[in-house]
Amino acid sequence: MEPIMAIAVGLMYAAAIYMMLRRSIVKLVIGLMLLSNAANLLIFTSAGMTRGAPPLIPEGSTIPDGIVADPLPQALILTAIVIAFGVLAFAVVLIHRAYNILRTDNLDQMKDTDT
Amino acid sequence: MSFEVGLPIVVPLLTGALCVMFWRYNAIQRALSLVGSLAILAASIWLLVSVLNEGHVVMHMGNWVAPFGITLVADMLSAIMVVLTGMMAVAIAIYSLASASPSHERFGYYPLMHLLLAGVCGSFLTGDIFNLYVWFEVMLVASFALLILGGERAQMEGAVKYVTLNLVSSAIFLSAIGLLYGLVGTLNMADIAVKLGSAENPGLIDVIAVMFLIAFGIKAAAFPLFFWLPASYHTGPVAVSALFAGLLTKVGVYALFRVFTLIFNQAPEFTHELLLWVAAGTMLTGVLGAAAQFEFRRILSFHIVSQIGYMILGLALFTPLALIGGVFYIMHHIIVKTNLFLISGITHRLLGTYDLKKLGGMYKARPFLSVLFLIPALSLAGIPPLSGFFAKFIIIRAGVEASAWVVTFIALLVGLLTLYSMIKIWAEVFWKKLPKGVDDTALTAGKTSGSLVVLYIPVVLLGACTLFIGLHGQPIYEFAEYSAQQLLNPQGYIDAVLGGGQ
Repeated sequence: MEPIMAIAVGLMYAAAIYMMLRRSIVKLVIGLMLLSNAANLLIFTSAGMTRGAPPLIPEGSTIPDGIVADPLPQALILTAIVIAFGVLAFAVVLIHRAYNILRTDNLDQMKDTDT
Repeated sequence: MSFEVGLPIVVPLLTGALCVMFWRYNAIQRALSLVGSLAILAASIWLLVSVLNEGHVVMHMGNWVAPFGITLVADMLSAIMVVLTGMMAVAIAIYSLASASPSHERFGYYPLMHLLLAGVCGSFLTGDIFNLYVWFEVMLVASFALLILGGERAQMEGAVKYVTLNLVSSAIFLSAIGLLYGLVGTLNMADIAVKLGSAENPGLIDVIAVMFLIAFGIKAAAFPLFFWLPASYHTGPVAVSALFAGLLTKVGVYALFRVFTLIFNQAPEFTHELLLWVAAGTMLTGVLGAAAQFEFRRILSFHIVSQIGYMILGLALFTPLALIGGVFYIMHHIIVKTNLFLISGITHRLLGTYDLKKLGGMYKARPFLSVLFLIPALSLAGIPPLSGFFAKFIIIRAGVEASAWVVTFIALLVGLLTLYSMIKIWAEVFWKKLPKGVDDTALTAGKTSGSLVVLYIPVVLLGACTLFIGLHGQPIYEFAEYSAQQLLNPQGYIDAVLGGGQ
């Protein structure tokens, strides 16, 4: 399972960077979205995948039986998803406002503050 | 249970929440913001006193013992940073009384400001690497919204760049956390430091270290990742850019200090060598960029970049003296840079522009303001006896002692070029005659209006701090020395965090 996930993570990063290199701000935001999801998937994969072993402690015991799945990465991912969701909601509003004010979605034309 | 560690985070969050409740009452929000800022300063001084007494102050959130729960830790560096945050909060709160326009206040200027401060304090105090990410995001979301208050054309362009680069940096940071967690299986920074010591895979550790370097390097505006800063910082409302200039990049620098002294200290010949060249590039590009600019706040923005280089240089040399210099530099820089931005706001108030070519005649009309400008400007350039001289002196002496000749030479050269930029601002804004056709009614109005006096208060206070550090630097130096001592002996931090609950 890990190799497939690793390839998927790599593909998502590649797609995200490709999208961010385009000229349109809409594609830029899509790229950012993919990037944050790629990072989530990376956490999920690198923390190790254990199938069919929920982290439950049997009654009367203080430690779980044998190897169980680590619940912490999923908590991290959940937090990261919520944060990314909020930030991306802001980014979407921002590009909408930016389009209304600048009348362009081309990043190459947003150079007034560079000079 | 050390309650004071949580206080600098809780106070601004609470103030922000209260401000939201009084959404329609600007006057109440202003008062709350001022009181809240003073409360942050008081809480942070309490924390500093505890840290001076105990060394490390640790609080386990919800009584979950480290490394299982989230831990808040204050060592000397954190305490210093939090005190500076409190000072800036007060300065900006006073300044905002006269500078924030009602339209900004209606869109949540004060709640966002305090949310930002909570994020900054949280980043300084957390002892958990994922929690650091969360505080970064809190800080970022607040800063995004503050930057675009007003919704002008330049702000939109600046914000697109600022938002994009910071989100990329967050994604890299998150990926690095993921890889680190996969390697050591813990998120508590002290625990990571212990477990990395026995990790087998030095190649992967270096990769993760460089990912952290890139992520924090973007936040701190280090070379070659700085270009978003001069493109965006000068676009926001002036009090906001002053706060950003003083605090936000320093959060990135703080994170670099924390991570590269506590966690990634196994292979300094690789990581700190890399930091050394990053520092050199940051100093040079920043100062050269500033030389080409003719917009008040853009010059200052480029100087943030070049000054960040000095701080990273202090970290990169990694000797006791260099770390003292780095911490001292951070203290000096936060005060001075915020002050310069606030002054640029006053000149904007008087003449309605930030363009150096259209400014002028300030010395003749406002000699007092000119003196107030000279204090931070000369301090930034490193003229004795102001705070910047000692900051630069310590760093350069550390560079000489470590025989890092090239970088030391660059540091000296950059000091000279900084002076050039400051003289340029002085000559254009204060010394030369007012260009023809510029409306100077506000400038030459004989009486100083009430709101202008309010704008002067924080500038005078921060200028007094700069003078104090310069003329009576010994206690400040001792603070920096103490924090450098702690940074070089991470075992004390580790024992305080992991031993606390047993």
